[in-house]
Amino acid sequence: MIRYVLRRLLQLIPVFFGTTFLIYVLVWAVPGDPFSGKCGQAACPPAYIAQMTEKFNLDDNVFVQYFKYLGSLFTGDWGETFNGTSVGELIATSYPITLRLAVVAVVIEAVIGLTAGVLTGLRGKGFLDNLVLVSTTFLISLPVFVTAIVLQLALGSNGLGLIEASVSDNPSVGELIVPGIALGSLSMAYVARLSRTSIAENRRADYVRTAIAKGQPQSRVVGVHLLRNSVIPVLTFLGTDLGALMGGAIVTEGVFNINGLGGLIFRGIQNRESATVVGVVVLLVLVYLLMSLIVDLLYAVLDPRIRYD
Amino acid sequence: MRRSRRLWGPTVVMTSLALVLAACGGGSGSSTGSGGADPDGTVSVYGTEPQNSLVPTNTNELGGTKAVQPMFATLVGFKGADAQPFNLMADSITTTDSKVYDIKIKQGWKFHDGTEVKAHNFIDAWNYGAYAPNGQLNTDFFSNIQGYKDVHPADENAKPATDKMSGLVAKGDYEFQVTLDAPFSVFSIKIGYTAFAPLPDSFFKDPKGYEQHPIGNGPLKFVSRTPNQDIKLTRNDDYKGEDKVKFKNLDIKIYASQETAYQDLLSGRLDFMEALPPSAVAGGKYKADLGDRLVTGHLLGISTIAVPYYVPGYNNLELRKAISMAIDRAQITKTVMNDTYVPADGYISQGIPGARPGVCQFCKFDPAAAKEAFTKSGFKGKLTIASNADGGRKEPLVAACNSIKNTLGVECDFVPATDFGQWRSIVTGKKLTGMGRSDWSADYPSIEDFLNPIYKTGGSSNDSDYSNPAVDAALAKADATADKDAAVKLYQDAEDLIAKDLPSIPVWDEKGVAAKSKNLKSAALDFRRMPDYQSIEVLKK
Repeated sequence: MIRYVLRRLLQLIPVFFGTTFLIYVLVWAVPGDPFSGKCGQAACPPAYIAQMTEKFNLDDNVFVQYFKYLGSLFTGDWGETFNGTSVGELIATSYPITLRLAVVAVVIEAVIGLTAGVLTGLRGKGFLDNLVLVSTTFLISLPVFVTAIVLQLALGSNGLGLIEASVSDNPSVGELIVPGIALGSLSMAYVARLSRTSIAENRRADYVRTAIAKGQPQSRVVGVHLLRNSVIPVLTFLGTDLGALMGGAIVTEGVFNINGLGGLIFRGIQNRESATVVGVVVLLVLVYLLMSLIVDLLYAVLDPRIRYD
Repeated sequence: MRRSRRLWGPTVVMTSLALVLAACGGGSGSSTGSGGADPDGTVSVYGTEPQNSLVPTNTNELGGTKAVQPMFATLVGFKGADAQPFNLMADSITTTDSKVYDIKIKQGWKFHDGTEVKAHNFIDAWNYGAYAPNGQLNTDFFSNIQGYKDVHPADENAKPATDKMSGLVAKGDYEFQVTLDAPFSVFSIKIGYTAFAPLPDSFFKDPKGYEQHPIGNGPLKFVSRTPNQDIKLTRNDDYKGEDKVKFKNLDIKIYASQETAYQDLLSGRLDFMEALPPSAVAGGKYKADLGDRLVTGHLLGISTIAVPYYVPGYNNLELRKAISMAIDRAQITKTVMNDTYVPADGYISQGIPGARPGVCQFCKFDPAAAKEAFTKSGFKGKLTIASNADGGRKEPLVAACNSIKNTLGVECDFVPATDFGQWRSIVTGKKLTGMGRSDWSADYPSIEDFLNPIYKTGGSSNDSDYSNPAVDAALAKADATADKDAAVKLYQDAEDLIAKDLPSIPVWDEKGVAAKSKNLKSAALDFRRMPDYQSIEVLKK
């Protein structure tokens, strides 16, 4: 087990370097002048450009730039935006909000998705199954920004008046429910589908038949024997999804004006704040890698047959 | 049972969590005030993240200016809808030859840290802005002060010999003298621009620390700033200027999306927005949404379509005339822009002293004359208009293209650029392959600011690459004329010459449509597309 963890941790290193290098190159080495449009209708003064070029090492070739960036990253310096705000500070103030939002979204998708999946998986064809099938197809076909804007308009002051269009600076969990639904809706549909299939498959498995034959109560058969085995693919999905949600919040946070990591990337892209974009994406890569590691380790807890050595 | 608890545990937690979450959702209240104004009220205005540090010499875009401008009082202020200049911090500004200006400042005015504003605060701030190694964005504004070249050599790599401009001389605590390179009659209006604000001594000791907590001398003082979230200002009760504010706190709320801000404005969570999102403008929806909360102003800006001289085939006066006369401006401003713009027929925004109607005689929709001129031009091929397509820029230009197509029977296409940055790099790189959008908004309300930067040979925003020695001479003559009225007349002469060449085609002039919430008793929009802070009054709750 420990050897497995170590091996996985070592594997993270090339993946980390590879992904961050790609991101850095994609963001900074795109053709075009990073200072065009920064100074309105007139071109930027050369002195300003010279100062910024030096600050962001833009005169070096992209490899040197990348290693200089990594160097400062390892000393804990995430760089600065064009307006002199520390990216590390920006991340520090915004990640708790995104984490809160992502957890709300995961809870929503796990609860609703799993319930729908288990119910339809157990009952098989029927009205409920069709209903879930149609509604999940509908959700999957909608892009997140459509869901988010429709929810905002329908529940906001122009519609039912249940929520405000924007979320306050330090939002409570209650305020994050609607954005959480928008963010989690797509994965919720996948979770429902995934658990439905997996339950329907395992329902006819030998061990379930044995458990019933032993005279176990229905709740125990479903809750322990059936669900435990069926939840593995769903858990894989949910685990990596937490990483995806932190990044996927870009659209949702932009729509609801939430000051989280997604909002940070949203504005970073809008204002061409390359330093912010790279910093946040690097952080998301780390979250993603760690989440998939944790999920892999959880397998063993759920299914003792899965061994790592 | 131990095993089962392990699995059911999380599910139970999740379910109960969901129930708790559902219980705390939703619910909002709003109240409408009645009657009187509340001098201690708080006003929230729509904001965007400043692109640079909040130092006047380094701020020139709207997001930052919205915070910087009310924190500082410059020598000259502008009041009213037509932005009449008046002496704000200046006691008097005198010149005999438009070259040497003698400026006396009012005594007893203080910075927010309690130190008095003296003449050297202006000199130091201007020198700081001009000094090349400081890399300040607004450095160009100081370029006509004598000695600018010594602190800011034309060659990027050269080290400046000194950090003080010889044209700035203190003549005591409250008086200083500015000598310009060449006579420039509009200098006394130009110094009303925020970049010319004074800076306190503490700034020069610790610029980095100052950025964290800017200190100005204006009607509002800095409280706090959270990046991407808000900038908070509060009233400076010691302020001596006549542009005092009638509320206590200002909260500049930063939004990622204009649409969301607009929703907040309608529900009363945001008090002022200086522009409306395209979705509200479409179909004139804003008129029904806002009713008497609609605020209109007149922005000092103008939209033109530049016809670059460097594009083959476009250096053709008959063609430019034909295009200009083929655009149905009245129709487009009414139906496509839903009355947020008015047709333009000159090169100067209509709100400025010196603007005259009908300067551009080819700016009337005249299909017959347009067709005739087009035949005369002998132009073959396709016309294009390029612009960034975001922010509602695309629709009116597509309409203009269609109008040209229908009138002249020539192909016309809109060529989109993804965003403003890409668009500007096409224009400044002189890579246009056809016509291009060329919008201008003035930094200070003067006819001069609409001509020199855009139509002078080598001007900073001369997108058409236009060059006419007669125009250059006329502009130089106007610059050198000390008498203000006479100078305006000379600038008008230059404008007439430009109108004959049609280097760019004036199309529309933005009215400026803003919105206030039900919490505000009054609010106005100023010429810079900023909330006119002085006019804002909050209703008593």
